[in-house]
Amino acid sequence: MLAFILFLGLLLLYVVIAVYAERKVSAFVQDRIGPTEVGYKGLGQTVADLLKLIQKEDIVPSAADKKLFLIAPIVIFTSIFAGFAVLPLSPDLVGSKVSVGVLYLITIISMDVIGLIMAGWGSNNKFSLYGAVRSVSQILSYEIPLTLSILCVVMISQTLDLQEISFQQGIWANHYESENSITNYLFGIKYFGIDITQAGGILSWNIFRMPLLFFAYIIFFIASLAESNRAPFDIPEAESELVAGYHTEYSGFRWALFMLAEYGMMLLVAFLGVILFLGGWNTPFPNIGEVKLAAWTSGAPGTIAGNLWGAFWLIGKTILVIFLQMMVRWTYPRLRVDQLMYLCWKVLTPAALLLVFLSGIWRLLMV
Amino acid sequence: MTKGANNTYFGNIREGFSSLMKGLFLTLKHFVDARFRRKPIPVFDKDYFKYDKGIVTLEYPHEAIPVPDNGRYRLHNEIDDCIVCDLCAKICPVNCIEIDVIKSTEEIGKTSDGTTKRLYAARFDIDMAKCCYCGLCTTVCPTECLTMTKTYDYSEYDIRNMVYHFSDLTPAQAEEKKKLFEEQQKQKAKVEVDKNKGNVEDSALKDKPATEGEVKKPVFKPVIKPVIPKKSPDQDQDKKE
Repeated sequence: MLAFILFLGLLLLYVVIAVYAERKVSAFVQDRIGPTEVGYKGLGQTVADLLKLIQKEDIVPSAADKKLFLIAPIVIFTSIFAGFAVLPLSPDLVGSKVSVGVLYLITIISMDVIGLIMAGWGSNNKFSLYGAVRSVSQILSYEIPLTLSILCVVMISQTLDLQEISFQQGIWANHYESENSITNYLFGIKYFGIDITQAGGILSWNIFRMPLLFFAYIIFFIASLAESNRAPFDIPEAESELVAGYHTEYSGFRWALFMLAEYGMMLLVAFLGVILFLGGWNTPFPNIGEVKLAAWTSGAPGTIAGNLWGAFWLIGKTILVIFLQMMVRWTYPRLRVDQLMYLCWKVLTPAALLLVFLSGIWRLLMV
Repeated sequence: MTKGANNTYFGNIREGFSSLMKGLFLTLKHFVDARFRRKPIPVFDKDYFKYDKGIVTLEYPHEAIPVPDNGRYRLHNEIDDCIVCDLCAKICPVNCIEIDVIKSTEEIGKTSDGTTKRLYAARFDIDMAKCCYCGLCTTVCPTECLTMTKTYDYSEYDIRNMVYHFSDLTPAQAEEKKKLFEEQQKQKAKVEVDKNKGNVEDSALKDKPATEGEVKKPVFKPVIKPVIPKKSPDQDQDKKE
């Protein structure tokens, strides 16, 4: 319950800040200033926008399929918000300690597609329908490299539990309840015999435990952008072609829900990437001999300090990833549909398959 | 690497990757450079070309790039110097100046350059919403009373407020002057009738103001004579309304 309230608050707070941040980042990239008028340096801009959205009329087109039209935004938001249930925010704070967390997450995010097609079909509008069709084809395609890159991590970690994956990537590797004693070797190669279980930090993150996972993370990152319909993969809502894609007909609070879901998806995939590849809530600083940087910048699981440090590092890393997402959005032009499919099926998927194969071999070196 | 130099599967990937990184670093550079900000300085400032990076936005109502003193924007008429010659209204290509003239019974006064004023402007309206800022009216103005000022931000909520009234006569005053002139004309007509009857000739000449030799001519200015097609009477009608 605590996790639910925390994540809901976190998500709402995040959306308010992220919309503002996105506008500022895009402005700075384009040598502009961005919002300046509402509050100090325009900080109140998003709040003002939200208040405006709430006051707006909730218009339902007369030709729309009303039932589908009305519940679509709720389905989308719910499926994305449900994904937060298994994210470990800190060593002790996780909504649901399911042992199939990764599987659940991928499944529940896929529910999103149903909401999109409901919105597109229900709007009874050609732009909406085109947007929804594009969105579904894109999300379904990119789920394959996304899942394969996650599979690499699962093969290395030998678990589907996100909390266990988090524990493995730091100095508290042997503190997880169901964990058999594990040993982290440098680059995961037992042959060299360099034990870094107690060093922790960045050395025990998955991208260092198994250096090839760095490439897996790049695939994951690209695929996650496509999953969250963000530029340069925003052809489902390509504003220059489709007005606004599947949410063309929405207004007011329901439109706000779409916005909330989109930014929620951004946050979710950023969180997931950080947990799977970038050490979750573990500190990036390793213990070096007597200089116990890792121990100083994190607390033992179960203590308040441990939870605060954990949340700090996880959210900090996530913010960096989100910043990267924003920079990518404001740097690259939108892909054409054929380029989108080329990238997915001819580049990312074969590369991800190769990585799965190599991960299997690497896992043999780790034990 | 030029595009397509290595148009193979891996060549494309490598090229795509390197150009993507280049783009990302370019935007990142702009993001970092957003610390700097261009100052609102005019082009004649010596630092004008020194701000080559950072934010370029001008937050207009809060700050503005200064306009040179001889900026040519809103029209202004110094009515005290105006001899109501109607040249500006005639040359205006968009007919945005409207002048109603009342002849005066006597010399009204002198303008600041010494020209005698003999006409009242019952109305001297410039519709700035119509104005095309060509500046022809200021060129033809013999006393240089009609000028363009550096004020450029004068938008209005009501378009009627874009009409600027420069006449210093109230309608009542204008009416009064009109009556005075008409009375004088009647008087003159009477004198004329008297003259025709064979009465004194000198008295009629006395009232003629044009015979005064010491009237100062306007200071010489190059006159641009526009080719105005002969106006049909109905067009004139329009103008008076």
